Amino acid sequence: MIDKNSTTLLSIKNLHASINTTEILNGINLTVKSGEIHAIMGLNGSGKSTLAKVLAGHSAYEVTAGTIEFEGKDLLALPPEERARAGLFLGFQYPIEIPGVANTQFLRLAYNTIQAQRGKDELDPLEFDDFVREKMKLLDMKPDFLDRSVNEGFSGGEKKRNEILQMALLEPKLSILDETDSGLDIDALKIVANGVNQIAHKDNAIILVTHYQRLLDHIVPDFVHVMQAGRIVMTGDKKLAMELETRGYDWINADQRLATGVNA
Amino acid sequence: MSNSVTNSNDYLQYLLKSWSAKSASELTGLNQLRASAIDSVGTQRLPNKHDEEWRFTDISPLTRLTYPPSQQQSRLQFSDIDKFCLQNTTNRLVFVDNHYSPDLSNVADSQIQILGNLHSLMSSHASTIESHLGHYAKFDHDIFTALNTAFLHDSALIIVPAKTCITEPIHLLFIASQQEVSSYPRSLVVSGPDSKVTLIEDYVSINQSSYITNTVTEIRLAAHAQVEHIRVQRDSKQAHHLANCAVSLADSSQYQSICVSLGARISRYNLEVQLTGENSNCTIDGLTLISGQQLSDTHTSIDHVKPNCTSRQQHKCIVDGTAHAVFNGKIKVRPQAQQTNSSQSSRNLLLSNTAKVDTKPQLEIFADDVKCAHGATVGQLDSEEIFYLESRGLSKTTARNLLTYAFAADVINRIPVASLKQQLEQIVLNQTQGI
Repeated sequence: MIDKNSTTLLSIKNLHASINTTEILNGINLTVKSGEIHAIMGLNGSGKSTLAKVLAGHSAYEVTAGTIEFEGKDLLALPPEERARAGLFLGFQYPIEIPGVANTQFLRLAYNTIQAQRGKDELDPLEFDDFVREKMKLLDMKPDFLDRSVNEGFSGGEKKRNEILQMALLEPKLSILDETDSGLDIDALKIVANGVNQIAHKDNAIILVTHYQRLLDHIVPDFVHVMQAGRIVMTGDKKLAMELETRGYDWINADQRLATGVNA
Repeated sequence: MSNSVTNSNDYLQYLLKSWSAKSASELTGLNQLRASAIDSVGTQRLPNKHDEEWRFTDISPLTRLTYPPSQQQSRLQFSDIDKFCLQNTTNRLVFVDNHYSPDLSNVADSQIQILGNLHSLMSSHASTIESHLGHYAKFDHDIFTALNTAFLHDSALIIVPAKTCITEPIHLLFIASQQEVSSYPRSLVVSGPDSKVTLIEDYVSINQSSYITNTVTEIRLAAHAQVEHIRVQRDSKQAHHLANCAVSLADSSQYQSICVSLGARISRYNLEVQLTGENSNCTIDGLTLISGQQLSDTHTSIDHVKPNCTSRQQHKCIVDGTAHAVFNGKIKVRPQAQQTNSSQSSRNLLLSNTAKVDTKPQLEIFADDVKCAHGATVGQLDSEEIFYLESRGLSKTTARNLLTYAFAADVINRIPVASLKQQLEQIVLNQTQGI
C-alpha cells in the first residue's frame, strides 16, 4: 500500500555490479518505502536475480559504483549476516539443501540469532516448537517438515513454502522474494501468496522478483518495474504487469527506442 | 628416561629391555603368549613409508619417544573422571594408564554377563580366554600387535553368554593420566550364540600430555550374535595412538562399528573384519575429525570368506589446519564368497587450503557372482550453502560449523547412546570455532 508519509526503507542509487568483470547491473535506481509491494519483472539475464543477491550481500558480485541505503545506513558496508540481522530477507530461487541438519534446528538457530540481535528473548526447543507450528499454519505445512533435513528431498513447492516460513519467523523489514513462483503449481502458488499477504503489513515491504504476472494475480503490487540489461527501463502499476503478460517484453524495446530515439 | 634412540631397531631393543625387566606376572597361563609375542617383536622392524601399508603415514617421530611402560601410580577420584562417564551407562570398566581401577569401575549386573579385568577372571574363565585371546589379532605380521601382546597385563574382558541380551551399553574407559609413558590397553569380547551387546571403547586423557597408547581389541561373534561397537579416540593432541582391532563373525552374526577419531598427534587404526560365517553382515561407519598438525590414518579390511555376506562401509574425514587424514579401505572377496554384497563410500571434507587427505579404496575380488560398489569424494564447504545460512543471520563461523556438523551427522546419528551422541555433536559443532 502506498502511503506518502511512510518511511523510506531502501534507497538504491546508480547501482553498478559485476561478476568476474562482466557488468550485470548497469545503473539501478529504486526507492522502497514501508508498506509497499514492488514487483521487478524482466527476461532471463536482465539482472533481476543479481539485484536480489547483491542486496543480500553475495560475495561473488562486486559493486563497482552506486550506493544502497537501508533505513539510512550504508548496506554495502555490512556482511550478509548483518544485513539479515538489520531486517533484510532474501527468499531464494533455489533454496539450499542441507542434509543432516533438521529443519527445526536450522529455523530455531536463525530465529534465535535474529532475536538476540533485537534484544529479545531466545526460545528453547519446546517454546520454539509451539511458535513455529503456529506460523506453519499460515502456509498449510505438515508438522513433519520440522523433523526433515533442511530442504532435503523437498518438492519445489515445499522448498518455497519453507522460504516463506523463514520470512514469517524472522519478521524482516524488507523481503526480496526471488522467483518464489517458479516451480509452483497453482495450488501451491495460492498457498504461498496467501502466506506472503498475511505477513505483509504497513511497516514492512516486499520486492517480488518474477518472470510472470501470475504471482501478481495473488499478491497485488503497488509498483511494477521492468528490468532490461541491468537497468530499470520502465515503472508502472499492476496494469503494466498485465500488459507485459499480453504483449510480451518486445514492445518495451520498441517503446524504448521510440522514446529515446536510440537505434538498437 | 633420557635414552636417545636414533633408529627403529634401537627403539625396539629399548622396549625389549623394558619387557625383560618386568617380573613374570601372575598371568601364568598367558606367559607363553607373551613370550612368543616378544620373540616375534625380535624378528620384526618398525614400518616406514616404504611399506605399502604405511606409505602415507610417517611414524618415525615415534622412534624418538622412549617412553617406558606405564606404572600404576594414579590416584584418580571419581570427580576426576566424571566428565568422561556417560549418562545411563552403568556398566563401566575404567583403566587408568592401562591399570584396572575397580574403584572407578561399575558392573551393573554380574549375573548375566562376565565383565571385568582379565587378570581377575583368568582363573574362572581360563579356557574361554585361552581359546580366544590372540586368536584374531595375530602378532606375527604386526609389530604393534606384537608389542601389545608382549606387554599384556590388565585387559577388559567381556563374555556374553548364549541367548543373553545386555541392554545397557558397556563403557570401556581407557584414561591416560601420566606423561611420557607407553600403555598397552587390551580388550577381548566374546559374544555367545544369539547374544547381543553394545560396547563403547573410549580413549581419553586427563591432560594434554605426550604419551603412547598401543591398543588391541579382539571381538568374536558366535552364530546369530549381534555386537554394536562404538569406538571413540579422543586422546591428547600430543599423544601417539596405535590401534588394532580384529573382529571375527560366525554364521548369521551382525557386527556394527562406529569409529570416531578426534585426538592424538599421530594415530593409526587398523580394523580387520573377517566374515567367516555365511549370512553374516557388518556395517562400518567411520568419522575422522582433525585439525592443527594432526595425522590420522584409518586402515580397514573387510574379508568376505564365506558366501551370502553383506558389508556396508562409509568413512568420512573432516580435516582442518595442516592436518592429514588417511583412509585405506580394503574389501576382499574370496573365491567361494559368492553372493557377496558390499559397498564402500569414502567422503572427505577439507576445511582449509593446507589440509590434506589420502583416500584409497582397495578391492580384491576373486568371486564372480558378487555386488561390490565403492566411491570416494573430496570437497570443501560450498560457498552457496554458507551464503544461504549467512542470509538467515548466521555468522560465517556458525554457518561453517553447521555445515561441518551436517557432513558428520549421518555417522554421529548412528550412535545409539544419546549422551555420547550429544557430546560428539558439540565437539563437531565447535570444530571450526577459530575461523
